[in-house]
Amino acid sequence: MSAMIEIRGLVKHFGPIKAVDGVTFDVAQGEVLGFLGPNGAGKSTTMKMVTGFLTPTAGTARVAGHDVLEEPVAAKRAIGYLPEGAPAYPDMTPRSFLRFIGEVRGIGGQALEQRIAEVMRQVQLEGRMHQPIETLSKGFKRRVGLAAAILHDPQVLIMDEPTDGLDPNQKHEVRTLIREMGRSKAILLSTHILEEVEAVCTRAIIITNGRVVFDGKPDELERQAPPSVTKNRMDWVFRKLTGAERSPEAEHRALSAPTAVGGPS
Amino acid sequence: MKQTLAILKRELGGYFATPVAYVFIVIFLLLSGFFTFQLGDFYGDGNGQASLTGFFNWHPWLYLFLIPALTMRLWAEERKQGTIELLMTLPITLPQAVLGKFLASWVFAGVALALTFPIWITVNYLGDPDNGTIVAGYLGSLLMAGGFLAIGACVSAITKNQVIAFVLSVSLSLAFLLTGFPPVIALFSGWAPQPVVEVIASFSFFTHFDGLSKGLLELRDLVFFASLITLALFANALVLELKKAD
Repeated sequence: MSAMIEIRGLVKHFGPIKAVDGVTFDVAQGEVLGFLGPNGAGKSTTMKMVTGFLTPTAGTARVAGHDVLEEPVAAKRAIGYLPEGAPAYPDMTPRSFLRFIGEVRGIGGQALEQRIAEVMRQVQLEGRMHQPIETLSKGFKRRVGLAAAILHDPQVLIMDEPTDGLDPNQKHEVRTLIREMGRSKAILLSTHILEEVEAVCTRAIIITNGRVVFDGKPDELERQAPPSVTKNRMDWVFRKLTGAERSPEAEHRALSAPTAVGGPS
Repeated sequence: MKQTLAILKRELGGYFATPVAYVFIVIFLLLSGFFTFQLGDFYGDGNGQASLTGFFNWHPWLYLFLIPALTMRLWAEERKQGTIELLMTLPITLPQAVLGKFLASWVFAGVALALTFPIWITVNYLGDPDNGTIVAGYLGSLLMAGGFLAIGACVSAITKNQVIAFVLSVSLSLAFLLTGFPPVIALFSGWAPQPVVEVIASFSFFTHFDGLSKGLLELRDLVFFASLITLALFANALVLELKKAD
């Protein structure tokens, strides 16, 4: 298995804020990598750098062998990207929107018609083809974005919270689709939902404050919890790694000692 | 090329998907008719000649307020909707995207301008104008529209607010008009050296459109508008490159 996404020491500063602080990992073909972390941990920023939307402060990212800074167009050709919130042109219909994406990506004529019909079926958008996107529900909008991302059958799929805003049935369908596609593609997806990692991912990475704090299989993540934790073991490890979970002693100290405002911590 | 064309098509479709296109065309035609016939002294024309000078003379003022309405959404709307992230992660280069959007607005302005043809028919019905001059006037007007459009497109890339884009575009375009205005020139000629005053005056759209509107296709006027468009579009791409994400 070759690495389709290679990220080396990626750093992004916004003024004094270090949003991403030296992130390194690979995603191979056949892998579905779940990108976890609290809000503001740097997940979206990392994805935006890999897809070429943001320029890294330092470090490199290669997609399908193409450096995203040196050969941006070649790298972008290999990527299907679903940005956060699944933005789409509100005055277009899903059909005209997908036609536009296809034309920009150089798919034309009959081949494009076939591909549109195919992805419409895959994300179950049939019946909404001719309705302006602005009138669609959140779930349908998300599926339009997903359809646009997979339209050119990319080798690499990057999705920022692909199931956000979907109902349980739709979540199940999208996860099934991701698992299927994961066999032949390299997939990087970000999520808040830990059960999603168990359900679809072959590997998980947790980042917090712009740094990778865990990289391994989902069941390894769960095994890090002590035996005393019996419920929501994955949640416990996540909170522990991202700094939200304190040890019982620390918890006790925090409760018994009055908080010194402004004092040395 | 294909990519630029795809973006041009989408953008042009965007004008007609909303009432913007129809409102713009109707207002443009009404105003150009009103200015030409009522204020432009169309029938009098001093020496009794049939020409469209009174029609073209108003174009800088019409464009000043109407063109920014065409360009304000070009990039501001992409920022507001977040679609800029989608557009910038498609396999296209920045110049392709900038050019596609600019050309869409230019084609649209060209359609609006072409729809003023009844005025041209009228002047031919009433008299015997020099049609070569009129064609040159139309070309000059289209070229000047391109200048206004490129400025507006560049300004639209700065903000995600369409109103701000509109107001800034009008102000910047006004600056390009006024630099050739005698009171403004007088403001500078008191203290600035003569060459500086001439440079300032040479940036005016009036200076360069005056000849074009009379049918004189002079190279320096063509070069002026062509360089202005190129420069503004270059600045447009630069603004996007520097602040894609905000």
